[in-house]
Amino acid sequence: MGAPAPKDAASQLRFVTCGSVDDGKSTLIGRMLYDAKLLMEDQVEALVRDSRMHGTAGEDIDFALLVDGLEAEREQGITIDVAYRYFATARRRFIVADTPGHVQYTRNMVTGASTADAAVLMVDARKGLLEQTRRHAHIVSLLGIRHVVVAINKMDLVDFAQTRFDAIVSDFNEAAAGFGFASVQAIPVSARFGDNVTEASARTPWYGGPTLIGYLEVLDTDTAGADGPLRFPVQWVNRPNADFRGYAGTLAGGSLRAGDEVVVAASGKRANVARIVTMDGDLEAAVCGDAVTLVLDREIDISRGDMLSAAGHRPVVADQFAAHLVWMGEDDLLPSRSYLLKTGRRTLAATITDIKHRIDVNTRQKLAAKSLALNELAVCNVSTAEPIAFDPYDENRQTGSFILIDRFTNATVAAGMIDFPLRRASNIHWQALSIDAGKRAEQKRQTPVVIWFTGLSGAGKSTIADIVEKRLFALGAHTYTLDGDNVRHGLNRDLGFTDADRVENIRRVAEVAKLMADAGLIVMVSFISPFRSERRMAREMLPDGAFIEVHVATPLEVAEARDPKGLYRKARAGELANFTGIDSPYEPPENPELVLDTVAHDPQALAGQIVAYLRQRGVLEG
Amino acid sequence: MSASRHLQRLEAESIDIMREVVASFARPAMLYSIGKDSAVMLHLARKAFHPAVPPFPLMHVDTTWKFRDMYAMRERAARESGMELIVHINQEGLARGIDPFTSGSALHTQVMKTEALRHALDTHRFDAVFGGARRDEEKSRAKERIFSLRTATHGWNPKAQRPEPWALYNTRLRAGESMRVFPLSNWTELDIWQYIRAEAIPVVGLYLAAERPVVWRDGQWLMVDDERFVLAPGEEVETRKVRFRTLGCYPLTAAVESDADTLDAVIEEMMLARTSERAGRLIDADEAGSMEKKKREGYF
Repeated sequence: MGAPAPKDAASQLRFVTCGSVDDGKSTLIGRMLYDAKLLMEDQVEALVRDSRMHGTAGEDIDFALLVDGLEAEREQGITIDVAYRYFATARRRFIVADTPGHVQYTRNMVTGASTADAAVLMVDARKGLLEQTRRHAHIVSLLGIRHVVVAINKMDLVDFAQTRFDAIVSDFNEAAAGFGFASVQAIPVSARFGDNVTEASARTPWYGGPTLIGYLEVLDTDTAGADGPLRFPVQWVNRPNADFRGYAGTLAGGSLRAGDEVVVAASGKRANVARIVTMDGDLEAAVCGDAVTLVLDREIDISRGDMLSAAGHRPVVADQFAAHLVWMGEDDLLPSRSYLLKTGRRTLAATITDIKHRIDVNTRQKLAAKSLALNELAVCNVSTAEPIAFDPYDENRQTGSFILIDRFTNATVAAGMIDFPLRRASNIHWQALSIDAGKRAEQKRQTPVVIWFTGLSGAGKSTIADIVEKRLFALGAHTYTLDGDNVRHGLNRDLGFTDADRVENIRRVAEVAKLMADAGLIVMVSFISPFRSERRMAREMLPDGAFIEVHVATPLEVAEARDPKGLYRKARAGELANFTGIDSPYEPPENPELVLDTVAHDPQALAGQIVAYLRQRGVLEG
Repeated sequence: MSASRHLQRLEAESIDIMREVVASFARPAMLYSIGKDSAVMLHLARKAFHPAVPPFPLMHVDTTWKFRDMYAMRERAARESGMELIVHINQEGLARGIDPFTSGSALHTQVMKTEALRHALDTHRFDAVFGGARRDEEKSRAKERIFSLRTATHGWNPKAQRPEPWALYNTRLRAGESMRVFPLSNWTELDIWQYIRAEAIPVVGLYLAAERPVVWRDGQWLMVDDERFVLAPGEEVETRKVRFRTLGCYPLTAAVESDADTLDAVIEEMMLARTSERAGRLIDADEAGSMEKKKREGYF
């Protein structure tokens, strides 16, 4: 017979399963689906076919193959990616995020756990508590999951011994001390044979607790933030005509009634909710998780990304905060590099200003770190381009979380959980000055620009920049040249040549160039600046059109043959590490304003090209 | 509405996804395939943007082999929603005489669906397209993101998917890339039907059992929907009480014998069902991973 009919009152539970294929996690999920009669005949047929081809369960059906959906996973017999599975019992609908257990898939586990109400941690009864289980418990706790089931699996292989079960439970309770779980339920199971999964097992007479499904059916989880103050991130402004202006979004915390006063977190502007609009008619009230459209009783300035909040309980508004960060990018985190940060409905520039410490996900030890690699976890200070509204992650998982996006590859490179705002953020205010960039430039009769020379060491950047400056000077222009080598003697003498230091090197120079352009100068920057991301950051710091990227495109073999400072020889000899072009990458510009061919033309001619370009752009008057 | 908390949570999640797309992309569109999932998706879109009309067009990639009832529903849906309807047919495929009977299902699907879709997306330069796929349909779908990046040539790279923690969707695109967005990812077939009942959403009548002209072929009932159906030697048209669990091109979509002629009966029958709905799709019946392959090539 089929699955019993869930009544329309059915609630939903989202849970994450953590464990590796060796623990039988996929087998357990397959078993739950099978027991819930959710495996269909054609799916079982496919499973039998696949079991013969790739299975590891001998003559038996290999349930793991049911959830390992990608070809690579079936071939390698491992779960790589998060898979979502769905099943129902008479009492509840379940959404299962099935996540891989090995340390190299931490990012996938974080993703699966981020939206879960509860976690099922798998432990192999033969092996007991491994480092891996401690890691899973740690991550689950970090992601704010408060309800944990420890499924002690493969009890059939330890003769359903109570002593074994008790020992593991005791180990787990010790390991999980300090994780802040509201409930921990350990259950002895055999996923392969179904003991204590749906039906209570006759082989564990010493166990009086619930079955796994029985427990998940009644587990009472409070939706994070539901009891807290109102949080309504504005997602989209709905203006079908001049008579209607509504703010569409999903309540990320608390609840709301028509007539309530709300306040825009960042601006402090207040209004009352006139209507809660839905297609089914206006609502009297809305609760956390509802997607609604609000109409306010007066016009105040609100756009996507603003957060409406309870008047008496506003979120934190700050541009610097401490956060836990899980690095998900293939490339390492570089402090000072500009990333895009998305939180709620807001996306803006942000940098990691400081890695306070890395945390070993297995041992929870704090370690010093200068950068972060894939699947590493750290506590960091984050600085955003503008103040944002947030809550500590502990208080609200939605308004306290963010992702980082690499500006160049567009990859999602980090998941973050905000701990608390940093005090200094709120105390430094922009000073409004009466003489502005325009007035300074006007006085000098020129348009301030930054001419950014990028290219390999020995490409001829400084030589050409020097000639350009001489010519501009002769024309009466006000100029300055920032040279890589020179700046490293002073402002940047604390920096080395690792990727992280190179990024910081460029960030500082870009900031200085920006100040000089603001002062009205034409600035020549002559830096190898090997990474596209930082050159883009410099471009985005400046007004439109003020950044002129000049690629001094000397091929490596030519630059190396010239070797004016003997550096290539040293690098080849292994005396100089992280040398661009040799053992450190150079990313050529994709759309530079100018490309200089130093093989075909001499530096004088190339400087002439730049001056001609500046005239054509109207940078120089007359 | 009278739906359960479970359905309310699914509904809110889908609405949230749709609003995020409209707020983040310049040229979104909704792939509308006329079936029950599309019907739910369209209904959710109307809810998401009410009182505005959903600010994107419906697009139907038409193989010209859909059931006649489906074409009628398509016109009705466009009329009632007030949305623009774009119908895209691969004219070059038609000219080549591609059809599901003589060309075979694989070639027909490749030319009239996958290639046609790619061509339609290129023509209209849509940067985000809603699809009604659900993760419970098929194994490779279970691992696909809600915001699923496609290359400039519409390919899917399952190994380079963006993580989506806390439903924080990364909507960034490079030139030429586009996003497929699946607002029904977390719905199951049962959810779809219970929601259709709770919200009284109009669906194509073929989902309900009725006496229909069918032919028994390769172990499945195919419906004779028009005069293009060519009988093989020995085949006879019979009248049977049948319905469809899934709707596609009529020569490629099998009917099941059923007495379920009301929504309640359909839901009850489904909860007793022992085969998955895609078993009625003749195009999936090759080796495991066939859906993943098609998706890598640009199929939805």
